[in-house]
Amino acid sequence: MKVPATLIFGVILSAFFVLVALLSFVWTPHDVAALNIADKMQAPSATYWLGTDHFGRDTLSMLMVGARTSIAVAIVAVGIGIVIGVPLGLAAAANRGSLIDEIIMRGNDLVFAFPSLVIAILITAVFGPSAVNAILAIGIFNIPVFARVTRGGALSLWTLDYILAARVAGKGRLRISAEHILPNILNLLIVQGTIQFSLGILAEAALSYIGLGAQPPTPSWGRMLSEAQTMIYTAPRLALWPGLAIVAMVLGLNLMGDGLRDLTDPRLRRGRA
Amino acid sequence: MLRFALTRALSLALSLVVASVVIFAVIEVIPGDPAAYMLGMNASPEAVEALRDQLGLNGSIPERYISWMGGMLTGDFGTSYTYKVPVSELVAQRLNVSVPLALYALVLSTIIAIPVGLIAASTRGSVADYGIMGATQLGIAVPNFWFAMILVFIFAVTLRWFNAGGFPGWDAGLWPGLKALTLPAVALALPQASILARVMRSALIETLGQDYIRTARAKGLSRGQATTRHALRNALIPVLTIIGLQFSFLLAGAIIIENVFYLPGLGRLIFQGITQRDLVVVESLVMLLVFAVILVTFLVDIAYAAVDPRLRKPR
Repeated sequence: MKVPATLIFGVILSAFFVLVALLSFVWTPHDVAALNIADKMQAPSATYWLGTDHFGRDTLSMLMVGARTSIAVAIVAVGIGIVIGVPLGLAAAANRGSLIDEIIMRGNDLVFAFPSLVIAILITAVFGPSAVNAILAIGIFNIPVFARVTRGGALSLWTLDYILAARVAGKGRLRISAEHILPNILNLLIVQGTIQFSLGILAEAALSYIGLGAQPPTPSWGRMLSEAQTMIYTAPRLALWPGLAIVAMVLGLNLMGDGLRDLTDPRLRRGRA
Repeated sequence: MLRFALTRALSLALSLVVASVVIFAVIEVIPGDPAAYMLGMNASPEAVEALRDQLGLNGSIPERYISWMGGMLTGDFGTSYTYKVPVSELVAQRLNVSVPLALYALVLSTIIAIPVGLIAASTRGSVADYGIMGATQLGIAVPNFWFAMILVFIFAVTLRWFNAGGFPGWDAGLWPGLKALTLPAVALALPQASILARVMRSALIETLGQDYIRTARAKGLSRGQATTRHALRNALIPVLTIIGLQFSFLLAGAIIIENVFYLPGLGRLIFQGITQRDLVVVESLVMLLVFAVILVTFLVDIAYAAVDPRLRKPR
């Protein structure tokens, strides 16, 4: 099987950011919490590779820790979607056409009807802006996504002969869902997880940009951008790096998602969106 | 068809009721007493109590829900705590910015995406196709608020063709208004255009593989003729669906862009309402946005079923 070039590129790009985020736990060029006013607004130099901001904080170190914030928020948000959404989807598919199915699917439609950003803003406003509430806000919208993908994938499996065989053998719906359905829709879930991961990164950036994500002094790419906006006349480079980081990370994840989809489902290789 | 429309309308109504209960419940949880907030720190407890009464905050929860819903249905959205004017008036003002902005972005995204998708599909596998697919991949990955900042830096700060933000109002004339909305609309349109171009490309590639296209080619139509006369029309169905869904998304998604450009639109109103605890504004606006999304989805469903009878069957 030929591995698509986009997949390799996407994996390398994504892995790079994950490694940088991990590295930031043990080492950053400078301390991100230390304010060093004497060195504020420095241009890139040998000491500060990407320069410093208005508080004298090192841009590169901020970016590294920002990657950690973004990835942590997105991973937990995707986790919420999987942990709640997948069992809902399995239950809906196992009881196709029943009241349970109907309630789960209409509930999904309902969540989809809420403009996600508005609700995210609402949640963070009610419970106060913080990284945890940003995670919740993004995570809630992952639930119907995973429920829908799971149900769709599971429904087509339920019509197959080997599932019928398992039923004849006396296995219950719950056991069949866990032992036969779930392992066979894992590829769908991984692809969807990658896509939701990248959407989570974007959503976290947007929320922290408007001040509703991780709070200072925790560095985040979105807030770096909102701070840079006021200084765009004097130091446009401050707005450049966090933006490029978001684009590269999201691009990497999207390419990885597309590549994985191509790899697991060659039928889609023709004319995919 | 009528039966299909009726069942869909029923589920629309049900969704709206559930949505309104959820929104009401969430708003109830928001900490802080709006009356105390409005009157400031030095207000006497009696004054706060009087205002609570006047704002209808003292009724039981079901009473307040019913009066809120009753008001929404009759077009009375209550009075804003902070602006001290009817919410319906505020909404009408803000819609004058948000709806033109969303439409502007939608038009931009459509006129960019359809030809681009068409070119990519008809030159599939070529350098142009790869270039377009790469560019749209990038367009999806760019956060629109960052793209907005780049636009401001290039066209407002450096070239000085546009203002960096603000809105003069339509009274200043059509052109100044449109000019103020141009950069925000471009920023909003970029990710949408990227998604739409990809949908257009894949829809067209799929229809180009259909038997009736082969028939059309067999009877002597050129590739271009077959594309424009037969494939394009069929490929436009999914594209139109996405365009319909993007409108409501653009209306809500403008919150961030409106903040970047200091535009007095609906999104900014919601954002301010939340930070200022103006609950009446927030719950009415969220309800209106949800209503808009559910309604658009409903209309798209109906339009689809009108075109394609197969979709009328119960799912």
